[in-house]
Amino acid sequence: MRAEVNGSRETRAEARRQIEICNACRYCEGYCSVFPALMRERSFSDADIIQFANLCHNCRGCYYACQYTEPHEFALNLPKVLAEARQDSWREYAWPRPLANLFHERGVALALAVVAGIAVIIGLARLLAPTDGEGFYAYLSHGAMVAIFLPAFVLPLVAVAVSLRRYWTSIGGGTVRLSHVIAATRAAATMKDLDGGHGDGCNFEDEDRYSNGRRHAHQAVLYGFLLCFASTSVATLMHYILDMPAPYPIYSLPKLLGLLGGILLCLGTAVLALLKVKADRSLGDVRVWGGEMAFTGLVFLVAASGLLLYAATGTSLVMPLLALHLGAVLAFFLATPFSKMMHGFYRCAALVKEAATSGLRHSITDQGNRI
Amino acid sequence: MLVIGGGNAALCAAITAAEAGAQALILEGAPKAYRGGNSRHTRNFRCMHSGPLGVLTDAYGEDEYFDDLLNVTKGKTDAALARMVIRQSEECYPWMHDHGVHFQPSLSGTLSLSRTNAFFLGGGKALVNAYYRTAERLGVTVLYDAEVTHIHLDGGRIAHVDARIDGTPQRFAAKAVVAAAGGFEANIEWLTEAWGPAAANFLIRGTPYNRGAVLKDLLDQDIASVGDPTQCHAVAIDGRAPKFDGGIVTRLDCVPFSVVVNRHGERFYDEGEDVWPKRYAIWGRLVAAQPDQVAYAIIDSKSLDLFMPSVFPPVTAETLDELAEKLDLPAQKLVATITAFNAACRPGDFYPTELDGLATSGLSPEKTNWARPIAEPPFYGYALRPGVTFTYLGLKVDDGARVQGPEGPIDNLWAAGEIMAGSILGQGYLAGFGMTIGTVFGRIAGNEAAAHAR
Ligand SMILES: Cc1cc2nc3c(=O)[nH]c(=O)nc-3n(C[C@H](O)[C@H](O)[C@H](O)COP(=O)(O)OP(=O)(O)OC[C@H]3O[C@@H](n4cnc5c(N)ncnc54)[C@H](O)[C@@H]3O)c2cc1C
Ligand code: SF4
Ligand code: SF4
Repeated sequence: MRAEVNGSRETRAEARRQIEICNACRYCEGYCSVFPALMRERSFSDADIIQFANLCHNCRGCYYACQYTEPHEFALNLPKVLAEARQDSWREYAWPRPLANLFHERGVALALAVVAGIAVIIGLARLLAPTDGEGFYAYLSHGAMVAIFLPAFVLPLVAVAVSLRRYWTSIGGGTVRLSHVIAATRAAATMKDLDGGHGDGCNFEDEDRYSNGRRHAHQAVLYGFLLCFASTSVATLMHYILDMPAPYPIYSLPKLLGLLGGILLCLGTAVLALLKVKADRSLGDVRVWGGEMAFTGLVFLVAASGLLLYAATGTSLVMPLLALHLGAVLAFFLATPFSKMMHGFYRCAALVKEAATSGLRHSITDQGNRI
Repeated sequence: MLVIGGGNAALCAAITAAEAGAQALILEGAPKAYRGGNSRHTRNFRCMHSGPLGVLTDAYGEDEYFDDLLNVTKGKTDAALARMVIRQSEECYPWMHDHGVHFQPSLSGTLSLSRTNAFFLGGGKALVNAYYRTAERLGVTVLYDAEVTHIHLDGGRIAHVDARIDGTPQRFAAKAVVAAAGGFEANIEWLTEAWGPAAANFLIRGTPYNRGAVLKDLLDQDIASVGDPTQCHAVAIDGRAPKFDGGIVTRLDCVPFSVVVNRHGERFYDEGEDVWPKRYAIWGRLVAAQPDQVAYAIIDSKSLDLFMPSVFPPVTAETLDELAEKLDLPAQKLVATITAFNAACRPGDFYPTELDGLATSGLSPEKTNWARPIAEPPFYGYALRPGVTFTYLGLKVDDGARVQGPEGPIDNLWAAGEIMAGSILGQGYLAGFGMTIGTVFGRIAGNEAAAHAR
C-alpha cells in the first residue's frame, strides 16, 4: 500500500520535471489542451499534474515532435508519464478502494471470471425458472432481468459519482457552468484533442505519421455506445410508458439504434485493439496494457454477442448467446467504476475544468530569444 | 546524387531533387534519434508575403524584410542574394505545407512575430520528421550514422566522397553533390582556435554532430570561403545547460529585471539597455568576456513572474549572503554591489514590457531601464554562460547555390543552409532567417543538382 502511494508520488514528481521543461519550450502548444493549460502556471501542484494527466489523450504528437526524448539527457516522454499519472489518479479516486485494487491487479482474470460466472448464473436461472414470456423474455423473465440489471447499473453509477466527486474536489473544480459543459462536450464530441491541432490526427500507430485512425475508431465506439444506450432507453420508455414490451420488430427504433450502435462498437473496438497492438507500448502505461486490451475486448464481446443475438433470433443458439451477452453486459457495468471506462468521465470533467480555467488566466508571455 | 547532412537544407534539397527525377542519397552524420541537426531545435521561419498567408497576418514586403536584415547585419549582407532569398521565401510557405509541414499561429506571447514568422506546429523536429517521411515516400534513401570525412576535389569537380557508415569507411561516387552539413559550432577545438581558450567554456545550443568536417575539408582544398572565421552567434543561456543540444529551453530572459554580476560579484554592463529581444544576442559576448565565462543574474521576488519560466529552477535564498554562498560568489562583494545598486535606484513607474526609463543614477555602469531595488526576499540567482547558436564562416556560393572553387564554380558541388549562410549573413542574425536560407537554397541546390545528375 505504502509503496504504491510512493510510486504515484514518484510518477508525479517525474511528470512535474517534464512539464517544467515543456513550459520553457512550448513548441507543442498547438497539439492539444494540455499545453495551453500548463502554460498558465509557473509551478505545478499535484492537482495540476492530475488535471493535465486527465486532459491528455495519449495522442503522442508531443513525443515524436520532442527534441528532448531519449537518448537526450532530458528524457522527455510526456505521453507515458501522463498515462502513468492518470492511471494512478484513477486508482486513487476509485471507490470502493479495495475492489479497485483487486481490479487493478487482476483485471483481466476478474473480468473473464465475472463474464463466466454471470453466464452460468443466468443459465441456472433459466433452468430453474422457465418463464412463459415472448422473445428474450421466453428465456429470462423481464422481472428477473430488472432484478439483476437495475442494481448492476445503479451501484456502479454510484461508484462513478463518488470517484468523480473525489476527482473534482482534488483538482479544485468549482461550480459547473453550462457554457463550460457545452465547451467540454464539443471537445469530446469531436475528439478535438486527437486531431493533432491541424486535423490530420495523432501519432499513434506508426511513429510520427499523422492519422485519424484512432480518432475515428474512438468516435465509432463513443457513438456506438451512445446509440446502444439510446436503444435501451427508448425500449425502457416503450415498455413502461407506452406499454409496448419487447420483442420489437427490426424496423423499430430500439432495434435500429441498437443494431447501428452494435456495429459501430464492434468496428471501433476491433480497430482500436489493432492500433494498440501496432503502437509503441513504451509511450503509454505498460502496467495496464493488458487490462486495457481486455476491456476493449469486453466491449467488443458485449456488442458482438448482442449482434449475434439479433441474428440468431428463433434458433437454438439464442439461449447460450443471451447468457453470454447478458453476462458480458453485466461484467461491463460492474467493471465500469474500475476500468478504462472511467476515462470518459474523468476526461469530460477535466475538459469542463479546462473550459472554466482557460477564460480566467493567461499564459506567462514569452518576450525572449527570437531565434 | 549525394546530399551531405540531414537537417532542413539537406532535406529540402533531397526532396526537390527526387521530385525532379533524381535518385538521391542522404548521408546523415547523426544516428536516427538525433537526425535533423540544429533544424530540430527551431520553431519558425521568416516569410515574405503580400497579404495574409496561412497563419501569417497582414503583409510583410520585400523592402521591409530587407531593411530588417540590414539592421541586424549592419550592412554586411550580399544584397542580391539576400533579396533573392527574401523573394523566394513566399513560395516556400505553400511548398513546406505541401511537403508535410504544419504551421500554427505564433506561439502565445510571441504575437509580435505573427506577421513576420510562421511557426511550425510541434517545432523543428516535427518539421524534420515530416520531411523525412516525404523524402522516403519519394524514394530518397537515407543513411544514418554516415559521417562524411572527405570530399575529393579533382580538376574543378568532385570525384568521390568518403564517409564512415556505422564506423566503416566507404567511398561514394556521385554525379552531383549537395553539401548541407551545417556549421562547425560543435567543434570546440575549432572554436578555441578562433576565439581563444575561453571558447572551451562555451555551451553549444544545438547538435553535437555539426563539427564542420565537410566545411574544413573543402576549405583545406582551397574552396572559397565567406564570413568571419572568428565569429559565432552566442547568446546568454542558463549556465547549468548541458554542454550540447540544450536547445530553446535553456534560454533565460531575466536579465532586464536583474542585476548581473561576474564571479567576483561585480556588475559589468547595463542590464536594462534595451528590450531583451534586442539584447539577448550581445549578452553571449558580454558573458564570454568575463572571468571563467560565467555571470550571475540576481533578482528578487518582485520579478520572478515577469519572464518565461526557464528549464531549471533558480537558486533560491532568503538573504543575499545565503544566495552568494549557494552560487559560490564572494558574499561581501555581492552584498556591497546590490546595496550600491539599490541606493542608486530612483522612484518611478515600472513597465516590464517597454523601455520605462526607470534608471539608476550615479552607478558605473548605470542600469538605464527597469532598475528596481533587489530587496524583497526570497532572492533568486541564475548562472549565465555563452551558448553558441551557429558560426559565420562558410562556403561561398552563387545564386544557383553552386560552390566557388579557386578557378571558378565547382562543376558538381552545391551548398545549402548554414554551411553557406555566411554568403548572406555577415554578422548579426534575424530571427527565423536561418530556416529561410536553408529552405530557399536547399530547393535551388536540389533542382540544380538534379538537372546536372540527369
Ligand atoms: C536552439 C536553436 C534554435 C534555433 N531556432 C531557429 C528558428 O526558430 N528559426 C530559424 O530560422 N533558425 C533557428 N535556428 C538556427 C537554425 O537551426 C539553422 O539556421 C538551421 O537549422 C540550419 O539548417 P541546416 O540544414 O543548414 O543545418 P542543420 O539543421 O544543423 O543540419 C546539419 C546536418 O548535417 C549533419 N552533418 C554534420 N556534419 C556532417 C558530416 N561530416 N557528414 C554528414 N552529415 C553531417 C548533421 O548531423 C545535421 O543533420 C536555431 C538554432 C538553435 C541552435
Ligand atoms: S514535449 Fe518536448 S518539444 Fe514538446 S513542449 Fe515539451 S519539451 Fe517542448
Ligand atoms: S500525448 Fe498528445 S494529448 Fe497528451 S500531452 Fe502529448 S500532445 Fe497532448
